[in-house]
Amino acid sequence: MSIETENGVPRGTLRSYTVGLILAVALTVVPFILVMSHALSATALIILAAAFAAVQIVVHLVYFLHLNTSSAQHWNMLAAVYTLIVLIIVVGATIWIMYHLNYNMSISLAGG
Amino acid sequence: MSDHAITKTHGGRTVETKLFGFWIYVMSDCILFAVLFATYAVLSHSYAGGPTSKEIVDLPGVLVETLALLVSSFTYGLAVLSLHAQRKFRVLLWLGITFVLGALFVGLEASEFSSLIQNGNGLTRSAFLSAFFALVGTHGLHVTTGLLWMLVLAAKVAKDGLTKNNGTRIMLLSLFWHFLDIVWVGVFTIVYLLGSIS
Repeated sequence: MSIETENGVPRGTLRSYTVGLILAVALTVVPFILVMSHALSATALIILAAAFAAVQIVVHLVYFLHLNTSSAQHWNMLAAVYTLIVLIIVVGATIWIMYHLNYNMSISLAGG
Repeated sequence: MSDHAITKTHGGRTVETKLFGFWIYVMSDCILFAVLFATYAVLSHSYAGGPTSKEIVDLPGVLVETLALLVSSFTYGLAVLSLHAQRKFRVLLWLGITFVLGALFVGLEASEFSSLIQNGNGLTRSAFLSAFFALVGTHGLHVTTGLLWMLVLAAKVAKDGLTKNNGTRIMLLSLFWHFLDIVWVGVFTIVYLLGSIS
């Protein structure tokens, strides 16, 4: 995949956008079909849907937003990595804390 | 605001600086959505006797919505390519097609929301539905804002042509539009796909 740049601003090409679209449509339609057909066990479906989403987000970042590890993109990448760390802390810690709070507080309020 | 200099836009900042500044905004918006996702994850099983996520999810409808937004990301990319080729009419054409697809997405979401509310499943029904409307609604509001921005931008391009400043604006909206598609990947996976499994 070639990404042209101008003044350090990466440019997409018709090819990169088309490849991105094809990959993203495939990564969307497959998990929908799997979930709608209930082809697998619930656990397998959850893991697969999450994996397809993670791959699709990378596809969007690379083919539509043209994020890469080149020096011109250094600060964009750094901001993105920082955001990812904050995101993991906020989402992960919230779920962790609230799950244990729920677990320790529930007497007979299942799912409360 | 006329374009005097070639390398500088108004305010004396270069295009890269503006794009980086907007990228920082997009990243902070990402954290806003992370908080809403965390809230949804915590409250997603607090039904309070109301409908479960499985009962309100219409997967075929969501698939159509998702594909509309996905193709609109692609057509926006074609508008950016037309900008680089300095083809004004094509830029307006692709912006128009992107707008129609974005409006289709917002329209489908609005009809989903109104049918939920008409059936008594509004945002006050349960903690789950409050979190659902907050997360999906905030994303929908972002897309609507993007559509308004696109309208104003298309009017400016039609009036002034593909000036340096209009080119920068097209690049900024491109970041915003692609970012909203990434957030939607999280929304359709966590709210709709996982919601219809468990």
